[in-house]
Amino acid sequence: MTIYENHQHDTATEHEGAAQKNAVELGRIDAQQLSIRLGNGASEFEAVQAVDFNIKPGEFVCLLGPSGCGKSTLLGALAGHIVPASGVLNVDGQAIDGPSPERGMVFQHHTLLPWLNVIDNVAFGLKMRGVAKPDRHAQALAMLKQVGLEDVATRWPSQLSGGMQQRVEIARVLINKPRLLLMDEPFGALDAQTRMKMQQLLLDIWGRIRTTLVFVTHDIDEALFLADRILVMSPRPGRIIENLPVNFARPRRTELVTTPEFMLLKRHCLDLLSHEEGRQLPRLSPLGLPPETRTAV
Amino acid sequence: MASLPKTNALPTRLSTAGMQFGSVAACVLLWHIASTLRLDLGLITFSNVPTPHAVINAIWQLLQSDTLLPHLGSSLARVFSGYAMAAIAGVSLGLAIGRSRKVENWLMPPLELLRPIPAVAWIPLAILMFPSSEASMIFITFTGALFPILLNTIHGVEAVDPRLIASSRSLGASPRAILREVVLPGALPSIFTGLSIGMGTSWFCLVTAEMISGQWGIGYYTWSSYVIQNYADIIVGMLLIGLLGMGSSWAIKRIGDWLTPWYRLQGKS
Repeated sequence: MTIYENHQHDTATEHEGAAQKNAVELGRIDAQQLSIRLGNGASEFEAVQAVDFNIKPGEFVCLLGPSGCGKSTLLGALAGHIVPASGVLNVDGQAIDGPSPERGMVFQHHTLLPWLNVIDNVAFGLKMRGVAKPDRHAQALAMLKQVGLEDVATRWPSQLSGGMQQRVEIARVLINKPRLLLMDEPFGALDAQTRMKMQQLLLDIWGRIRTTLVFVTHDIDEALFLADRILVMSPRPGRIIENLPVNFARPRRTELVTTPEFMLLKRHCLDLLSHEEGRQLPRLSPLGLPPETRTAV
Repeated sequence: MASLPKTNALPTRLSTAGMQFGSVAACVLLWHIASTLRLDLGLITFSNVPTPHAVINAIWQLLQSDTLLPHLGSSLARVFSGYAMAAIAGVSLGLAIGRSRKVENWLMPPLELLRPIPAVAWIPLAILMFPSSEASMIFITFTGALFPILLNTIHGVEAVDPRLIASSRSLGASPRAILREVVLPGALPSIFTGLSIGMGTSWFCLVTAEMISGQWGIGYYTWSSYVIQNYADIIVGMLLIGLLGMGSSWAIKRIGDWLTPWYRLQGKS
């Protein structure tokens, strides 16, 4: 934790980044009548039903909805881990065909390779592209600096705190310069304090390294604080029930969450999600059904 | 696996070591008493069991004779060639079976049938199948080591977190790179567990295998000592096999620890 605290990010850098918002050209998402089915045989069900949406290059969009509403499934389809049943899902006019470094994915729990130290984990994507070791280490170190973790480059992932692991994960994905950054409740497993710092840090990084960001969460505050736009989803079958623009000025600070405007939007989101209360659906994952629910669903 | 850490204060550790040494000493003492008194308990008799003193003399004699090295040499050569083949076959088959449902369906049924057959049951067939007795002995140690290595490799491969594979694909890893960078290292701790157990079973099978040996080998030495009624030498042979088996399993474990430094850190999760 100590290293984390030493590197508390100066929010001023976000300001800087927001000012030079150079136009991002790649990373447009188009979905038309997109349906995704999960499970086999009798237990098969429609996790996402005929959704339509467009996301502009460089936009920060949150998918908000209760557990099991299909938002992670939708993210999995964007990553290329799940094949849609029907409809169109295009990135920059191209249909998605399997996972790609162009579409970086961050899971709720980190997926750093335990046998590689931090810097080699960050450099993994470059190694896969055949970049020579000194070169990829230099780039990885630069990327670690961006997330404030250059001091832990030689540690094992298991020696880091949860927040640091997620920061390394973000660095590892961003080193591939993806068109899309896909995040599945990336801060869901962190404590409230760390979570707030990570949200700030993410906005800060996104201000500097511009990419389309699709962020899945069930936390209304988180979605409102981060996003340019929120797509609110309802469960079983998963549909988009509202397309909600969030026009708070950037850079955003934690004080935002207590302003009346924020509260108003939060109330609105609570109303949208309230009629789903009492239904507990199993959490879906971007890789399809979690193994333990495969038979139960 | 995850035994609770006992206290690690120095005095406790010393007394733990003392107790462990004491228990071994007590066993030797009981053996000494039983064998010098030629204790006959009806169900079990110590009247033909050599005394610790006789065994120490026999060890001394073996150390001074020039037969120890050929015995050791031929046994080590057999164990290691059988073991090396089992390691190569077990790990590569295990990776293939663990990664591919098709390969699993094709290869697992016959392997499951062969698995429960003990090494000693293979001896007659091994003699018939292999023209040289050396080859049949190596084959026996091979069968002993193969299955623990194979099964632990399969288990290790199947236990690799699918999220690690998914995110590596998202980072641009090809199927080959996934095998090399994700599956193999992920399965490595389990593979080494198999390699270490396999080393032990390889030595178990050695005595069985060397019953068909003509002249050399620790197993042969032990068995022939019985035949020619050198009872103290039986125990020398047993101790040697125990020591060599323990030593080589330990060496494999150390190599494994050295190759998987991350594994101890994450608490074997």
